[in-house]
Amino acid sequence: MIKRDYRLLGEDARRAVEIGLNAAQWYHTEVPRKDMKAMMGRSDQPAIRDTLILFGAMVLFAGLGIWLWPSWWSAPFWLAYGVLYGSAMDSRWHECGHGTAFRTAWMNKAVYEIASFMMMRNSATWRWTHARHHTDTYIVGLDPEINIMRPPALAKIVLNLVGIPDTLAYFRSAFRNALSGPDAAERSFIPQSEWPKVTRIARIHLAIYVATLACAIGFGSWLPLMLIGLPRLYGCWHAILTGLLQHGGLADNVTDHRLNSRTVLMNPVSRFIYWNMNYHVEHHMFPMVPYHALPALHRAIRHDLPAPNRSMAEAFVEMWPILMRQLRGEDVVLERRLPPTARPYKDEYHAELPRLGSFTAAE
Amino acid sequence: MSNWIDACAPDDIEPEDLIRFDHAGRSFAIYRSPEGEFFCTDGFCTHESVHLADGLVMDHVIECPKHNGQFDYRTGEAVRPPACKNLRIYATRVEGDRVQIELS
Ligand code: FES
Repeated sequence: MIKRDYRLLGEDARRAVEIGLNAAQWYHTEVPRKDMKAMMGRSDQPAIRDTLILFGAMVLFAGLGIWLWPSWWSAPFWLAYGVLYGSAMDSRWHECGHGTAFRTAWMNKAVYEIASFMMMRNSATWRWTHARHHTDTYIVGLDPEINIMRPPALAKIVLNLVGIPDTLAYFRSAFRNALSGPDAAERSFIPQSEWPKVTRIARIHLAIYVATLACAIGFGSWLPLMLIGLPRLYGCWHAILTGLLQHGGLADNVTDHRLNSRTVLMNPVSRFIYWNMNYHVEHHMFPMVPYHALPALHRAIRHDLPAPNRSMAEAFVEMWPILMRQLRGEDVVLERRLPPTARPYKDEYHAELPRLGSFTAAE
Repeated sequence: MSNWIDACAPDDIEPEDLIRFDHAGRSFAIYRSPEGEFFCTDGFCTHESVHLADGLVMDHVIECPKHNGQFDYRTGEAVRPPACKNLRIYATRVEGDRVQIELS
């Protein structure tokens, strides 16, 4: 397998820029402007409804958890609270970061800040990593949000089902940011005007965690930590599973989201937690379309996309053998077949990548 | 010296929408506000040079199609990151049945 350098200032980043991958034209399905305008349209109503349901359910589950504490009967309520805290907040962070969930700007901002805190992400830093992820999706060395590298770091992926590596990385960077601002890699994608904000946010987050810890020690109880902080660990598994499916086992260093992203049809509960980000090819092609219009976008462009996986289980069954082969050192990815109605993949999207190109269709 | 350029017919742009206009090697975005007024800015987003023509006009804001950065198209002010640098704006007028933009 070709060795990949995922560092943002590393060798593959330099090569990607050299061969023009950073400024490439990405493939888009043609959609009439009138239809696209209708789908891009913003509304507060669906996100207010969903946010009330989400926070209402969190209050209910946490209340029942506290009421039954320390009996084991409280466990199911903590698990439900945890999934809403450590997984549903991931998609709220994402949608409100794009500014598409609500029409009203302050609502997007407020939910973005709350969700960033719960997901242990510096809101000032992650806005920029995610912009980069959209500019350079799965371009090695340029995309800071590649969550399955090649070969896959399986132990890290498994440990992240309970949030351990992510939490450790968060606190490392929160302390660093609070003391000395963004580091060199972060400065490569965060504009200088935002550096003080990175420091400020890190200090606010740490102050809340210190206060929570002080409460836990002061009251001699785990409850404050069960409410704040720990649910990021015991409830993030759903976000990790859905996150792995976004791009896992697919091509890197290509400029067609049909090749590097995956759409998976999901059950209604997962879709609520994930806020329709299961329509991931659609989201990457048209990030202006709010989550509630993604099913309509899917219907409008599915003739041009590979067939979606019909369930999370089916997607994992398809992805897992590819990851295992990559783990054994094979340079193999999954090329998802297009329907006859689709415009074919263009070879030039991936055939001319001398060092980075390792595009091999799996059987 | 002012230099008024013919850009389009008023009806070429729907209310609360925009079109792309290219002229002399430059590219612009021409907007029609919900009130029916016309505005013009540089065509490319100041964040990563993506054309704004595929973006979304909401009231007096244009949202960039790439990373959802926003600008007030009347003043060019960047109002939502990742757009941080303001857009250049140009005067417009309607002469007869043509929308014109002023290039200096
Ligand atoms: S290119 Fe316009 S916001 Fe990034």
